[in-house]
Amino acid sequence: MRRFLRPGHDPVRERLKRDLFQFNKTVEHGFPHQPSALGYSPFLRLMAIGTRSGAIKLYGAPGVEFMGLHEENNTVMQIHFIPDQCQLVTLLDDNSLHLWSLKQHSGASELREEHRFTLKGPPGSPPSATQVTAVLPHSSREVLYLGTESGNIFVVELPSFRVLEDRTITSEAVLQRVPEDYSNRRSCELVEALREHPKNPDQILIGYSRGLIVLWDLQNNKATHHFLGSQQLENLYWQRDGSKFISCHYDGSYTQWPVSSDNRQPEPLENLVPYGPFPCKAISKIYWQTTKNGLPYIIFQGGMPRASYGDRHSISVVHGSQQTAFDFTSRVIDFFIIFSSEPTAEFDDPSAMVVLAEEELVVIDLKTAGWPAVHPPYLASLHCSAITCSHHVSNIPLKLWERIISAGSKQNIHYSNMPWPIDGGTNVAPDPPQRDLLLTGHEDGTVRFWDASGVCLHLLYKLSTVRVFLTDADPNDNMNTLGEDEWPPLRKVGTFDPYSDDPRLGIQKIYLCKYSGYLAVAGTAGQVLVMELNDEDAEHVVDHAEADLLQDQEGYRWKGHEKLKTRDGPVRFEAGFQPFVLVQCQPPAVVTSLALHSEWKLVAFGTSHGFGLFDHQQKRLVFVKCTLHPSDQLALEGPLSRVKSLKKSLRQSFRRIRRSRVSSRKRRGGSGNASEVQEANAKFDQDTLQEMELAPVQRKIEARSAEDSFTGFVRTLYFADTFLRDSSRHCPSLWAGTNGGTVYAFCLRVPPAERRMDEPVRAEQAKEIQLMHRAPVVGILVLDGRSTPLPEPLEVAHDLSKSPDMQGSHQLLVVSEEQFKVFTLPKVSSKLKLKLTALEGCRVRKVTVANFGSCKTDDYSENDLAVLTNLGDIQIISLPFLKLQIRYPCIRKEDVSGIASCVFTKYGQGFYLISPSEFERFSLSTKWLVEPRCIVDMPEVTSNNHVHNKSGMENTARKS
Amino acid sequence: MNRPHRGAAGSRGLGTMEVKTEFRRFSLERSKPGKFEEFYGLLQHVHKIPNVDVLVGYTDIHGDLLPINNDDNYHKAVSTANPLLRIFIQRKEDADYSAFGTDTMTRKKNVLSNVLRPDNHKKKPHIVISMPQDFRPVSSIIDVDILPETHRRVRLYKYGTDKPLGFYIRDGSSVRVTPHGLEKVPGIFISRLVPGGLAQSTGLLAVNDEVLEVNGIEVSGKSLDQVTDMMIANSRNLIITVRPANQRNNVVRNSRTSGSSGQSTESSLPSSTPNILANFLQGEEESDEEDIIIEDSGEPQQIPKAAPTSESLESLTQIELLHESTQNGFLPSSEMNLNHSAGSISMECEVQDPDHKSLEEDGTIITL
Repeated sequence: MRRFLRPGHDPVRERLKRDLFQFNKTVEHGFPHQPSALGYSPFLRLMAIGTRSGAIKLYGAPGVEFMGLHEENNTVMQIHFIPDQCQLVTLLDDNSLHLWSLKQHSGASELREEHRFTLKGPPGSPPSATQVTAVLPHSSREVLYLGTESGNIFVVELPSFRVLEDRTITSEAVLQRVPEDYSNRRSCELVEALREHPKNPDQILIGYSRGLIVLWDLQNNKATHHFLGSQQLENLYWQRDGSKFISCHYDGSYTQWPVSSDNRQPEPLENLVPYGPFPCKAISKIYWQTTKNGLPYIIFQGGMPRASYGDRHSISVVHGSQQTAFDFTSRVIDFFIIFSSEPTAEFDDPSAMVVLAEEELVVIDLKTAGWPAVHPPYLASLHCSAITCSHHVSNIPLKLWERIISAGSKQNIHYSNMPWPIDGGTNVAPDPPQRDLLLTGHEDGTVRFWDASGVCLHLLYKLSTVRVFLTDADPNDNMNTLGEDEWPPLRKVGTFDPYSDDPRLGIQKIYLCKYSGYLAVAGTAGQVLVMELNDEDAEHVVDHAEADLLQDQEGYRWKGHEKLKTRDGPVRFEAGFQPFVLVQCQPPAVVTSLALHSEWKLVAFGTSHGFGLFDHQQKRLVFVKCTLHPSDQLALEGPLSRVKSLKKSLRQSFRRIRRSRVSSRKRRGGSGNASEVQEANAKFDQDTLQEMELAPVQRKIEARSAEDSFTGFVRTLYFADTFLRDSSRHCPSLWAGTNGGTVYAFCLRVPPAERRMDEPVRAEQAKEIQLMHRAPVVGILVLDGRSTPLPEPLEVAHDLSKSPDMQGSHQLLVVSEEQFKVFTLPKVSSKLKLKLTALEGCRVRKVTVANFGSCKTDDYSENDLAVLTNLGDIQIISLPFLKLQIRYPCIRKEDVSGIASCVFTKYGQGFYLISPSEFERFSLSTKWLVEPRCIVDMPEVTSNNHVHNKSGMENTARKS
Repeated sequence: MNRPHRGAAGSRGLGTMEVKTEFRRFSLERSKPGKFEEFYGLLQHVHKIPNVDVLVGYTDIHGDLLPINNDDNYHKAVSTANPLLRIFIQRKEDADYSAFGTDTMTRKKNVLSNVLRPDNHKKKPHIVISMPQDFRPVSSIIDVDILPETHRRVRLYKYGTDKPLGFYIRDGSSVRVTPHGLEKVPGIFISRLVPGGLAQSTGLLAVNDEVLEVNGIEVSGKSLDQVTDMMIANSRNLIITVRPANQRNNVVRNSRTSGSSGQSTESSLPSSTPNILANFLQGEEESDEEDIIIEDSGEPQQIPKAAPTSESLESLTQIELLHESTQNGFLPSSEMNLNHSAGSISMECEVQDPDHKSLEEDGTIITL
């Protein structure tokens, strides 16, 4: 019956495939895109971040993280942990409430949505009546108080979300004992804040937006105190002992109120406008933290003078005479203070401030003098300058790893030594199998080295190439260090800096040799830098060579950007990777491909005009090859000719624009306006839809020809020691593939080590293959006699790979966007091929050789091609027979930047950007799986005092 | 099935005046006719005319004189021989092309008289057109027998870059008959034909024709860009199955009654069709790509593929040329490359028919 099986449907192979391949999206690295809410549980020591797309992420100790997604994909407005519980409640902008819990399941905790609920008013009531504005999870853990736009406070039972109507606190009841003249002036308006009394759970403080604050007795269902605020209220905060609380206001002021049994309508103790006397912006949140030495920490968000500093995103910390206004790089979403939550402790003794800004997380150490920042182990802002490329290196030798860490630690001296303060949960994931580096190139000319071994993507070291060049902006220019007034005492914190002074500095290609520590980096203006790792600071001259890729081609005029100007004389470089040679391509077009051979000491680079080979030992250009087609005019224009760079001076105005946009998107209210906008948008959509129907999108069907644009664009470069000329002698070779489907092979003669400096490296063109389908060549690979891909340079020398088989005949694999083809060597004749596009209509975007090990046995592994297509599918294709093994949908096909950013590892994992600031990590392997696995211990829920003692702040003595 | 056929009547016109005719009879194995080239060689051998270019024709069951000049029509000729295959051989330069074609035999003129006494017809000079092998096809309608009448499968042959394919496609929607009634489904349509382009010049495709398949692969569920990529990837041998917007020029099959215009065939498109086409394509698809290899010794010399070894997976034109270092000075030399591949490979790779094409000068291949 075997003959009835379809070819390729071998059951043994099918079983093996199950042991080898498995697709998982394992973890999201980086900073959540568009965060919208922050929550913290001092009990669990976990932080929660909600996003505008409805995601909720929990973070604790490094490696402890959870993710959940609301089905509605609506903005998360608020997050509240239930006191002493592994539960939290989220409020979305559609006014729905969601109860999430962390439950243990087969040895690890999981975040799951348990219930959802939308508050409904009586029939006919306006939607504002039930629009939730404030949420208070009561320490009893049984009820949730929901303040609304109408001023009423509803009580719902947990976890069922059943409304306890008899316990509703209506605004009428609240206003009963308020003086007539006050209540006439101000109706209650919406509930701005709800705060439970820190000592007495039967009392809650209710703050209404117009300024009225009421202390409400839950037992007797009546207001015990009325605090008649005169300013529009923003937020409230209890002092630890419950004797005072503090309110902050829209006009930039804060007020202290006493709470005592004798005065039921007290006057404020203190009313202060910290950045007065000129009109100030609102203080939207405030903390009052007591300390042993008596001087409190007063920490508040906003309050800056409206006219001169209204555009700053600041949080001020005041402690006695010390005052710093931390100036964030983006809008502050929310912040919290980590302080002693031991109930026995007399003082708050704040230790750290955690600030969620729109683009990054900043943690300030409040214990150490000078209040330095703490280096976060996760939530790194990958996009502090836009990512332009990435490069992954697996299995880094320990020596190099330590040297990179050491170089990085010298850069991080200004960070606090404080251990990471958010340390809840236990990471139970196995140790990462190996040390992996992810290198990201950025628009500002930097390369960042990330520890990508485990769940926490952690910055190890940052390399800047800017120092080599003279740019318009002084590298030390920082708009805050100069001309900053003493008052307000602003201090810039954070690393997010998306504005590039010179887009030509952008990094386009990176190649790191993990054995030798050589690094090649190439950029937007045709610059290729070769660097070496040096553990010490050094000052030296960077050698400079030009590679004229147009050669004898005449009549061309480069219309693009100019090359970067270099610094004359020696340049000081800090410890780390230090450039020693710069090869400048002419014309200075963006470098499109790069290869480094650390054993031969050669670097190859390609642009849209051609490619070249440089001997970085002798610092001599070996050869250049022009690939430009004479009729290709487009290739002459620089891609940046129409893009203007954003100068620093423009940043402020940008910030203002952005700020005004943000503020116009009001948190609530103005609903009539919003619907109008929606209507207009819908109409616009309809109009464009109609227009589309009138003039449909058409696609031209035409064979590619040699005259197409950008055929000379060099897409891939590859070094190989193989049989190029005859089958008896192998030699070093360089292979290049172009956009027009041409493959060039050059035979290289590299002098033996002892004469390496004396004799020149020679190159001779040996072959040229024109693929008739003319699709861009995206990958070239040589397979040895055992059909194994040739090892990386120095891999054999370091005993990390078997020597390639030089007995059997080698094969050449050429991957174009449309086909995979295997050719024989040295006589190039086609052996077999896989025509992907003709069969499926998809195109190859990324391709890498990956090693897959079996999860069943340790002694079986095989090499396959991991392929990402333009439709966002990932396919695994076997070597050397080019059989499709398996296919997984991975990225939405509309997500062009996600697809472009994808990088595969050598062991079947990969990364791609799901937003400018986040990498999604995925795994194709059953064996190598890096995913969070952690436990958050459930507290004993029932009535023992043990919990109460431990949990502190949210005292639960309800019956007392 | 080893029934021997009786073979050929050979005739050679050696000019208008002198006519010398020879007859030979020989047998062929019907089940294994072999290749046209072998057959041609056999004819030359049998007639002892090793170096003379000749035209070969045969009479088919309808009595038409039809040419034999490639494997396909050779196989057709052998398979339809009943039991005798009559073959006519003419020296090429003397050939009377008008003798070929349909109705040539039914014009009540003996084919032999056509051949032997060509001057009978030359009262009015007619335009001499060359043999089909001297043309190259630009398009054809194929698989008429297996497609619903409402569909048309068009093959476009693209040679070189001289004539663009010249058409555009767009998204649209079409109405289908489904078990749930009429449904509007998205589809891909031809939106524009470029004047002077291949697509327009064939007359087989028109604006608003719905594209159903590209080289045997259904386009339903695929995006416009995907279909575009598929078409471009197949551009050298593009086979498009369309449902013509104008359904009045459909091929009407004999077996069908004229009443049924095929409206119900939409949903009942035989599922086996893609397989059939795919099989058909297996042998054909190799024709679309001939990668060119330029090596560092030899001159640009087009070498037709050597006699097929039946294991070659792909034909390659090897141009050997000499490079003086990296400059482009070419010196002549001649070296031939035979394709070879190990048997073990061919077991693993997709099953491909042995390559049986001949090569033209530009390296592309004709298939009739």
